[in-house]
Amino acid sequence: MRGAIAAVGLLIVVGLAGGAARIVVAAEEPMTLADGPGRDLTIGRCIICHSLEYIPSNAPVMNRAGWQKTIQKMKDRFGAPITDEESKEILDYLDAHYSGKV
Amino acid sequence: MLRRRELLLGAAGGWLASRAPGAAATPEQVLGTLTGKKPLIQHAFRPPNFETPLKDLIPAFTPNDVFFVRYHLAVIPRINPATWRLAVGGSSVGTALNLSLQELQHDFERVELAAVNQCSGNRRGLFTPRAAGVQWGNGAMGNALWSGVRLRDVLRRARIAPDALEVVFNGADTPVLPGTPDFVKSLPAERALDENTLIAFAMNGRPLPHWNGAPARLIVPGWTGTYWMKHLTDIRVEPRAFDGFWMKSAYRLPTGAFPGYRFASQENPETTPITEMLVNSLITSHVSGARLHRGVAATLSGKAWDNGAGIEGVEISVDGRRNWRDAVLGRDLGRYAWREFHLPLDTSASGALTAAVRARSRNGARQPDALTVNAAGYHDNIVQTVTLEVA
Repeated sequence: MRGAIAAVGLLIVVGLAGGAARIVVAAEEPMTLADGPGRDLTIGRCIICHSLEYIPSNAPVMNRAGWQKTIQKMKDRFGAPITDEESKEILDYLDAHYSGKV
Repeated sequence: MLRRRELLLGAAGGWLASRAPGAAATPEQVLGTLTGKKPLIQHAFRPPNFETPLKDLIPAFTPNDVFFVRYHLAVIPRINPATWRLAVGGSSVGTALNLSLQELQHDFERVELAAVNQCSGNRRGLFTPRAAGVQWGNGAMGNALWSGVRLRDVLRRARIAPDALEVVFNGADTPVLPGTPDFVKSLPAERALDENTLIAFAMNGRPLPHWNGAPARLIVPGWTGTYWMKHLTDIRVEPRAFDGFWMKSAYRLPTGAFPGYRFASQENPETTPITEMLVNSLITSHVSGARLHRGVAATLSGKAWDNGAGIEGVEISVDGRRNWRDAVLGRDLGRYAWREFHLPLDTSASGALTAAVRARSRNGARQPDALTVNAAGYHDNIVQTVTLEVA
């Protein structure tokens, strides 16, 4: 994985302020994850099977144990090609940036 | 992109403040587009998981171009209906079949059925404590008129044997990696032979949209969406319990924690498959934070549904759940469809107006006040409230 971004297609962001919809249209907006050690490896392994929204959207639910369980599930149940060494790096990254963070 | 922040609801809004105080914050909604669909609330682009916005749950039948989309696996082929085949086999059939779409459409009696299709995880994102998984709001559901043939007619054509225990369904979608379990589900033979279990090829009078299972999908009315196999390609009838990941490890509840049909051949002392939907309702006319004009008529309305027993009544309380009034029910579209309800609101006094809604099924079940917590975040059917401001 060279770049640290993955296209998530055409997105329209709708925010609401004072009851009025704010619509922003963005074509082929790239999505990335928070900067930090392990980011490129994390993105590279995860996007084999799925886009990245799952990571920030589940962050509020997650802690280190939760991410460890998830990584293990991806390896054991879904066959993700992640070595033990890589698991540790991905776990450290996800825990640092996406544990309990909205 | 995908910044998360708390969101106060406006007219086009979602679901945030329809929860009790202390409920989890709901992230900003992101609308995304899929070919053939209007903008939907995007939870994931690949595999596609898109939710229907609240405003699109108002029509009696949810339009095809806003119907929610839910996949586990990212390889989703576009199927040519002219070359598509449905294979029917397994140890418990006398005659294996290999049907074209034309044969399926013309060799069996055509039937139509209105039914709610609701994802097992609908409302997971509203769950307290929060549960991991796709953080759905209220819109992983819809109501449609499904047209197709009875699964039991097809199984009888294949001479289903008396020893059939489960019927196993596979669709054309496949995983990216060889180590990922294919999405395969089973039904008890009894449910597969129910006259209301269909193989549908049309939805609201049009061919099934690609993202909703073209050219043919299973319809299991009253049961959660996980059984409604899309892009159906294979049906196997077996005398033993199917042991795939998506039956044995996923879509399970604590045994005995919820009412509903018990899928005995898949049950163990700890966990059991989710099966039927619970009685539930959704306010579609208002979201918390909406303002009403004092003295101007306003009507609270929404939808109620259950496992197919049929909605008996919907009650609304505006005094903190002490007194309840019966709402007026809309047209009966069939016991598997949702039922519209409405009731005028008293806007004569200024201030906060909190309305609670609870539906009651003909089977005696009523929406509960408290959530039955379970790890996967299923079956959130607690009484919903909205707090409006009259000024």
